[in-house]
Amino acid sequence: MKKYENTGSKDTRSGFGAGMTELGQTNENVVALCADLIGSLKFDDFKKNHPERFFQIGIAEANMIGIAAGMTIGGKIPFTGTFANFSTGRVYDQIRQSVAYSDKNVKICASHAGLTLGEDGATHQILEDIGLMKMLPGMTVINTCDYNQTKAATIALADHHGPAYLRFGRPVVPNFTPADEPFIIGKAILLNEGTDVTIIATGHLVWEALVAAEALEAKGISAEVINIHTIKPLDEEAILKSVAKTGCVVTAEEHNMLGGLGESVARTLSLNHPAPQEFVAVQDSFGESGTPEQLMEKYGLNSASIVAACEKVMTRK
Amino acid sequence: MSNIQQLHDFTTQVRRDILRMVHAVNSGHPGGSLGCAEFLVCLYQELMERKEGFDMNGIGEDIFFLSNGHISPVFYSVLARSGYFPVSELATFRKLNSRLQGHPTTHEGLPGIRMASGSLGQGLSVAIGAAEAKKLNKDNKLVYILTGDGELQEGQNWEAIMYASAKKVDNLIATVDYNGQQIDGSTNDVLSLGNLRAKFEAFDWDVLEIKEGNNIEAILAGMQEAKAKTGKGKPVAVLLYTEMGNGVDFMMHTHAWHGKAPNDAQLESGLAQNPATLGDY
Repeated sequence: MKKYENTGSKDTRSGFGAGMTELGQTNENVVALCADLIGSLKFDDFKKNHPERFFQIGIAEANMIGIAAGMTIGGKIPFTGTFANFSTGRVYDQIRQSVAYSDKNVKICASHAGLTLGEDGATHQILEDIGLMKMLPGMTVINTCDYNQTKAATIALADHHGPAYLRFGRPVVPNFTPADEPFIIGKAILLNEGTDVTIIATGHLVWEALVAAEALEAKGISAEVINIHTIKPLDEEAILKSVAKTGCVVTAEEHNMLGGLGESVARTLSLNHPAPQEFVAVQDSFGESGTPEQLMEKYGLNSASIVAACEKVMTRK
Repeated sequence: MSNIQQLHDFTTQVRRDILRMVHAVNSGHPGGSLGCAEFLVCLYQELMERKEGFDMNGIGEDIFFLSNGHISPVFYSVLARSGYFPVSELATFRKLNSRLQGHPTTHEGLPGIRMASGSLGQGLSVAIGAAEAKKLNKDNKLVYILTGDGELQEGQNWEAIMYASAKKVDNLIATVDYNGQQIDGSTNDVLSLGNLRAKFEAFDWDVLEIKEGNNIEAILAGMQEAKAKTGKGKPVAVLLYTEMGNGVDFMMHTHAWHGKAPNDAQLESGLAQNPATLGDY
């Protein structure tokens, strides 16, 4: 199978920070808003280089979303930044009315998504955010897999008109997508061609899917691996093309099995090409404290879980 | 420049529009709409510096946000009669496929609306954002925002009130429709706002009160004073003492008409108290 090299592990949030740094230089309409988490969101450079376009809102996320919506009136392109939990669940109605329904060009950028936030525990580990955001009409939902992709997605969002949710994380993870790979919103990336099973992964689980595909190859199983960075709008064509070939699917995401990528894929399949599917996702529970690795192991969100799910789904063909 | 009689006539016609709109669909919010009729007429006909036509970004002109979106009837009437869309379209209020949704929205492309409102407590934050954008654009025009008083029970307002003074958002005039009523009764009974002036002042806003919020001359004088307070490092709050249901005797001095439409006889009575001036839609 195609080999992917980790060019140096980094956190995806630093990719966001690097993207903001570049946008600061290239797009004078880009403004950044933060709710008391400059360091965590890697806003330091943007703030230093463009203090007039950086807005420290304080610990007041509802106000932040409203201010961002208002700034679009006047042509600004606001990027809000806080943890995923406070970016979505805490401010759902503000996003719903002032951003999504009002069709405002706000980019809601969320770090520390999912279990890999680690030791802070379940209060901060939102596993429902993809579902919350994808249910909003008109909302673009993106979950990136590594540093390079997160940087590229951040930059691409500035040229995309409309409300968007960009989800990334805290831990240092392999950086393996090409630095010059264009980020096309809504376009899946075929990472590895295979014939026996399709693995559709998003976010931190993409690297795990590649590791799983290698392990499967050693067992004589040919796995196709697709990186879905844009959960909405979903690249249904890429999914259906692959499943027509392999006949079964495993979805993998750092999210509740309810409401996430897996359900979007299942809907696509049921409408167009019914096929067996297994879900590598959190089984409708909250998270807990622990290291990211321990949590991903305990909640079954790693390459071993993907391998097991692939073997299981193939028996259901 | 309008004279007082013209503004009065305009307001009377707006009252007729409000009554006829809510009566036609047997739903909507006449009470707060009637109470804010003079204010919105003064704003759009006299106080705001507006450009011809409608541009979402509103650069180089004063812009207005309605946070208490349920008083959409008065907003729609004033917008239509200020030239943003045909007055005849008022007949579609709250009907299927209308741009005049129950609560205002940008979603249907109705000129004059820059933000959806209805879920309360969000408008002040949005107005602050628009005011910050004006500063970035070196646009010296103002941002106006109207909120209900009961609406101030929503916590987001106090995040916004804290922010606006701390960050010196001084190109903003926030007016509170201070009618003392909400759905379940008086604000004092439901959840007292306490000393609202003292609260805004404690948050370091410049505050002024318009005690006769249904008196056109008092509104013009008070709002001119408010405009004069902008640009001095503080956001400006106006406590506008209004009478819910103003101009229709049986709708006044009660919260009963917050969200209730008049029947045929009540409509007739209300219209008789407000003779047509500009022609009905």
